[in-house]
Amino acid sequence: MFGAGGGTSSYQEIEDTDLIILWGSNARETHPIFFHHVLKGVHQGARLYAIDPRRTSTSQWADGWLGVDVGSDIALANGIAREIIAAGLENRAFIDHATENFEEYARMVEPYTLEMTARCTGVPAPAIRELAHAYARADRAQICWTLGITEHHNAADNVFALINLALLCGHVGRYGSGVNPLRGQNNVQGGGDMGAIPNKLPGFKNVEDDAERARFESVWSCTIPPQNGWHLSQMFEAMERGDLRTLYVIGENPADSEADAPHARKLLEGLDHLVVQDIFLTNTARMADVVFPAAADWCEYEGTVTNSERRVQRVRKALEPPGEARPDLEIIWELARRLGNDWGEPGAERAWDELRSLSAMHTGMSYERLDAMGGIQWPCPDENHPGSPFLHGRLWEEPRGGPPAPFTPVEFVAPLDELNAEFPIRLTTGRRLDSYNTGVQTGGYSSPMRKKESLFLCPEDAERLGFAEGERVQVSSRRGSIEAPVAIESSLRPGLAFMTVHSAGEVDTNVLTSDAWDKKSGTADFKATAIRVERIAAERGARHEVAAAGTSH
Amino acid sequence: MDLRLRGSDPTPAERATVDLFLLSSGVSEQANGRAANTGHEARAHRHLLLPALHSLQDEIGWISEGALSYVCERLTVPPADAYGVASFYALFSLRPRPPLVAHVCDDIVCMKKGAEDIIATLQDKLGPESSEEGAATWLRSPCLGQCERAPALLWQRAGSDDRSHAPASSEAVGRLLADGLFDAPERGTAPQTETPRDPRLRLLRRIGLVDPTDLDDYRGHGGYSALRRAVRLGPEGIARELADSKLMGRGGAAFPIGAKWDAVAKAPVRPHYVICNADESEPGTFKDRILMEEDPFALIEAVTIAGYATGAERGYIYIRGEYPLATHRLEDAIAQARARGMLGGNVMGEDFVFDIELRRGAGAYICGEETALMNSIEGFRGEPRNKPPFPTQVGLFGKPTAINNVETLFNVLEVLAEGGPAFAGIGTKDSTGTKLFCLTGAIAKPGLYELEFGATLRELLDLAGGVTEGATIQAILLGGAAGTFIDTSDLDLPLTFEATRAASASLGSGVVHILDESSDISAVLLRIAAFMRDESCGQCVPCRVGTVRQEEALQRIVAGRKNASGQDDVALLADLVRVMSDASICGLGFTAGVAVKSALERGLLTPQGSNS
Amino acid sequence: MSRAARFKLGVIKRTVELTIDGVAVEVPEGATILDACNKLGIVTPTLCYLSTLTPVNACRVCVVEVEKARVLAPACSRKVEPGMVVHTDSERVRHSRRMVFELLSSSVDMSLVSGEVKGWIDSYGSDAARYGPPAPPAKVGERDARHAGHHHAVDGSVAETVAQPVKIDNDLYVRDYSRCILCYKCVEACGEDAQNTFAIAVAGRGFDARIATEFDAPLTDSACVYCGNCIGVCPTGALMPKSEYDLRQQGRWDEARQTVTQTVCSFCGVGCNLDLTVQDNAIVRVDSPLEHSVTHGHLCIKGRFGFQHVQNLPD
Repeated sequence: MFGAGGGTSSYQEIEDTDLIILWGSNARETHPIFFHHVLKGVHQGARLYAIDPRRTSTSQWADGWLGVDVGSDIALANGIAREIIAAGLENRAFIDHATENFEEYARMVEPYTLEMTARCTGVPAPAIRELAHAYARADRAQICWTLGITEHHNAADNVFALINLALLCGHVGRYGSGVNPLRGQNNVQGGGDMGAIPNKLPGFKNVEDDAERARFESVWSCTIPPQNGWHLSQMFEAMERGDLRTLYVIGENPADSEADAPHARKLLEGLDHLVVQDIFLTNTARMADVVFPAAADWCEYEGTVTNSERRVQRVRKALEPPGEARPDLEIIWELARRLGNDWGEPGAERAWDELRSLSAMHTGMSYERLDAMGGIQWPCPDENHPGSPFLHGRLWEEPRGGPPAPFTPVEFVAPLDELNAEFPIRLTTGRRLDSYNTGVQTGGYSSPMRKKESLFLCPEDAERLGFAEGERVQVSSRRGSIEAPVAIESSLRPGLAFMTVHSAGEVDTNVLTSDAWDKKSGTADFKATAIRVERIAAERGARHEVAAAGTSH
Repeated sequence: MDLRLRGSDPTPAERATVDLFLLSSGVSEQANGRAANTGHEARAHRHLLLPALHSLQDEIGWISEGALSYVCERLTVPPADAYGVASFYALFSLRPRPPLVAHVCDDIVCMKKGAEDIIATLQDKLGPESSEEGAATWLRSPCLGQCERAPALLWQRAGSDDRSHAPASSEAVGRLLADGLFDAPERGTAPQTETPRDPRLRLLRRIGLVDPTDLDDYRGHGGYSALRRAVRLGPEGIARELADSKLMGRGGAAFPIGAKWDAVAKAPVRPHYVICNADESEPGTFKDRILMEEDPFALIEAVTIAGYATGAERGYIYIRGEYPLATHRLEDAIAQARARGMLGGNVMGEDFVFDIELRRGAGAYICGEETALMNSIEGFRGEPRNKPPFPTQVGLFGKPTAINNVETLFNVLEVLAEGGPAFAGIGTKDSTGTKLFCLTGAIAKPGLYELEFGATLRELLDLAGGVTEGATIQAILLGGAAGTFIDTSDLDLPLTFEATRAASASLGSGVVHILDESSDISAVLLRIAAFMRDESCGQCVPCRVGTVRQEEALQRIVAGRKNASGQDDVALLADLVRVMSDASICGLGFTAGVAVKSALERGLLTPQGSNS
Repeated sequence: MSRAARFKLGVIKRTVELTIDGVAVEVPEGATILDACNKLGIVTPTLCYLSTLTPVNACRVCVVEVEKARVLAPACSRKVEPGMVVHTDSERVRHSRRMVFELLSSSVDMSLVSGEVKGWIDSYGSDAARYGPPAPPAKVGERDARHAGHHHAVDGSVAETVAQPVKIDNDLYVRDYSRCILCYKCVEACGEDAQNTFAIAVAGRGFDARIATEFDAPLTDSACVYCGNCIGVCPTGALMPKSEYDLRQQGRWDEARQTVTQTVCSFCGVGCNLDLTVQDNAIVRVDSPLEHSVTHGHLCIKGRFGFQHVQNLPD
């Protein structure tokens, strides 16, 4: 945000803050050790608010849980902003000093009264008001979010809506205050840092910036295409158009993990050539023309990863990779050699040192220093720099360092996969504590807590629809239909169903999910699917329609 | 808090019991809609855990898993934690129990007064100890604090109030089990308050004269004049009077109370709390029980003065769970005081806020230790905290707290009645005022006695009519299970803090237990050793394991058996006593070996069947 | 001068001077006697102490003699005071430390404590045998069923112990409470100091006190989330990953063949550091470094037990 894609604060600041909002994040289960820091803060007196359609284990620790309707986060954020402004609680000094575009923002949020926000979100007005006042009055406050914010068709707008709140109250750029996306994978942040984003070069330099490109080209001795590349969703569109005929997949399982999975599988099958590099023979790898067996880099090779507080840390080799598996870096190195570019002896530290020469924010991070300091938080421009626990302190400087931070007014748009009489139930997805994504890794150990992949319904819906725990039912969306057992979970409420994606083999959740995706970030909308649930009728012809579940509006 | 409950449900009766208790405590049910609060506020109810468990034990007779789980859900307490707390207290049962339970005291006083006969009767009628079925069962109990009228029982009755039963007898117990009729509670025994009444009484001045159930009668006997005086003096004036009085705490540590209150009054951290430690559990002790049963308003007044003097708006009286009558009297007295504006938002019209909450212990001697008591109030296991920090800085709920026992607080009324300097003139230079003694054993008139500090043991015995006719004193246990043995050569020992300290003894809780020639001192020592082991909280190694090893070694010595390892058990005991007194966390550990040590030093321990 | 810089708070540094074993030492206000001892290089035995947990000062093996104090003080939690005079090696201190080791060794299986602890047990002259032969182990569930208060009289012919059968109720870790010294560390790690799951607590009282779930429920039926942070802090091997337990049972656990490598967990973006213990090219145990700012030694189920996928290999 404001030029660098990373959370602004350190975990330590979460312990030292006064108010924490976990928005669309069940950190208790999906980021358990981050939640330890949250709880340290809570035990020191910080108030915790959880915004989540489900009454998650995270929300059970909260001083306030706001059971928002799936996909209405912008309405809630705008409503909170409107209440803060109406109550005169905005940080006027910070707004004047460090931001721009406030007037437009204030105009845009004006219609989001408590009443209207309550209508759009399903959250009672007093709870919205309480949170608005608590956030604005807190001396230090943190907003943290996860995929509940970003796996939507309007993911980027969701994020802007939250950043707007931080700007409104001056809750950014100071120790203890900040805005933090909690990264879902160990190197999501590092991938971004390294330029594994179609419009960025390492260090968040723009691909379309000629001068930057020239700098990289001189070191890389190659020509970098001057235009932005495709992100994942665009790639699938390109496959659909026939513009993308060959795909090299590294450590990703799109055949299972993509929303509207049958469609994705069909496109993958239609490719001329598919190369998959993975540590498992995933469902995607099974479709490949060539499979590169990869080592598990986290324990079978050397390198670095970057965490959600921008801390670059070393991974190290503890095991010999099995069989012919090779580290990703060596596979790429070898591929380059076979394609006629000999990069010399492969080495993680060599690659890293080259990166340090190109990305100023990493320059000070030698392997030696990373080892000695237990990781370093970027930016770290030189070898005497201690790293940066929090970002954007410049906004508070007098005179302000750099350009003002802009408010980005965003309007609420309801989920594209609309609820109606035919698809009356909102399905949302998420992860469990003991499992991880498509389960190819976590399926490998025996968790005593593992839940059978199921369609989770609240007791009221299960009773109303006449389903017993464990009963197999037909779940259908506009894209497809699957069978799944019903499980009852009291964290849900009428009209809201939940599934995980941990085991496509048991229940192929992503057959249902919406293929809508965010034009700004390319992330798909896994969180808001309209479904209907029916008894698996013996006579399929006479399909027994279940009474429509009331939507929560 | 993301509690995980195991899914066992409470019965309707259990649910109703908990609901009723929580309703009376102002805890509302969490609505489960589109917004919820299960944060700090929900977690702040933990201090209600012990009373909630009491409500179940009282009404249902035991605490089932479903019931505990429901308490956890309503109070936002993790079930493992609640189980840890419930299983800490001897009066709570986590297994099914018949609705009527006889807790039979077999401690040092009752054991000589026929406790085993009663146990034999119960065993005969009800079968073995602690059965889960039937209409009634029985359990052995440590001292029940009814020692002046031993032997004693406590009847725990599901669905109705508990009853003390003393003096009990095999016949009375048999009759009661047959007809289910309980005698009305009797007055405690304080011979000086009987005719002819001893004119020197101070702490016992109203005992036997005042109606303990009537606030107005208390006022008619001078009640609440001390509070009026206190308000005139102001907190600093009270501190001055207390300092001048040289009043020392009667809880064993003999800490000057003026300094303690002053420290709390001046502590910058708010709020402040006051606590009355009424968890009188030292075997052989019953003085606080009689004070609370017979003069409960005096305690309410004294605690109110403590609150006013220290700037506390809330006081707790923590009374031991085995005192049903005293509990009842205090509950009633608090209610009357509230109704008359002597507690509440504008106490006595003097524009200060103070109220008292009564908390019951549940069968844990350790909760008489001040920091264990605080943990117990807060809803945790009654494990003592390390000191420092002292409660005056970090006490109840982590806030500055003045904690005093019942006898000390009664003395405060005396100080305010006559002024600090006058009070300092009573007793000796370093032990001012009067002292209560619990006289039991081979004595003509067992009971509660009050004497000016400085009186000798002989004078005390004379006051009680001397030893039982025909008996000769073998030894005297001074101070209770954590006390020391002395003998007839010490009869002229002045009963003061300084003189007993000089004699390596301690007044402790004022227990004076006379053992005559017919007393089996080995059995007394074994009972004390077993008591210490039973009552160790288990937190620190020296006490947790040391009390076990002490009992084992003592058993071998008494049985005249050699230690299989070839070790000398007397030396072993000396090592154990030393580590317990040096390295334990709290006073229980420090004193767990004191009685054994003193018996060894005085040669009172004689192996059975030994020829020497 | 930047505005941020103007508001930067300075560090208030106050120090306290005290004397330990005749040597003057200056430490920051709020430091413990243990901190001061560490600064002087005085080795202090500890069992229940861990830098990441709130001191419970329950084991009492770190006690020291503070002049003018009636009783010994636990070094791990007693804060230093100006002018304090401390003795760490007096006869009195040595006696208490010896006795604590002796009382524990005579009642608990200490065979898997660290080499350092074994060294202390020896050097303080602890003799566990002098309390007589150990009592036979308790039967399944017996210790868990004991009620607070009255116990059935012993005769002293054997020394009571906490010996009892191992609890194995899941595939991830075992609980061998014969090895439990009741240091409270697991309870603290499961509770407020780290995981806040509160699946276990100390139940019962006195020598019958034990670590328990509610009503002694199996872990699979408790609030346990298998973070294994209890294992990470257990000093006696009472809590152990099943992977380690099985190897030990088979006699194949061999520290000489093990390496420990620090890396980063792959299961989310928090960046938890892992210490992988590897034997014969297989991960046999996972811990986290205590001093790391991300984890403070604590992990979740995935980090501690989710490594199997790299070694579920076809034969």
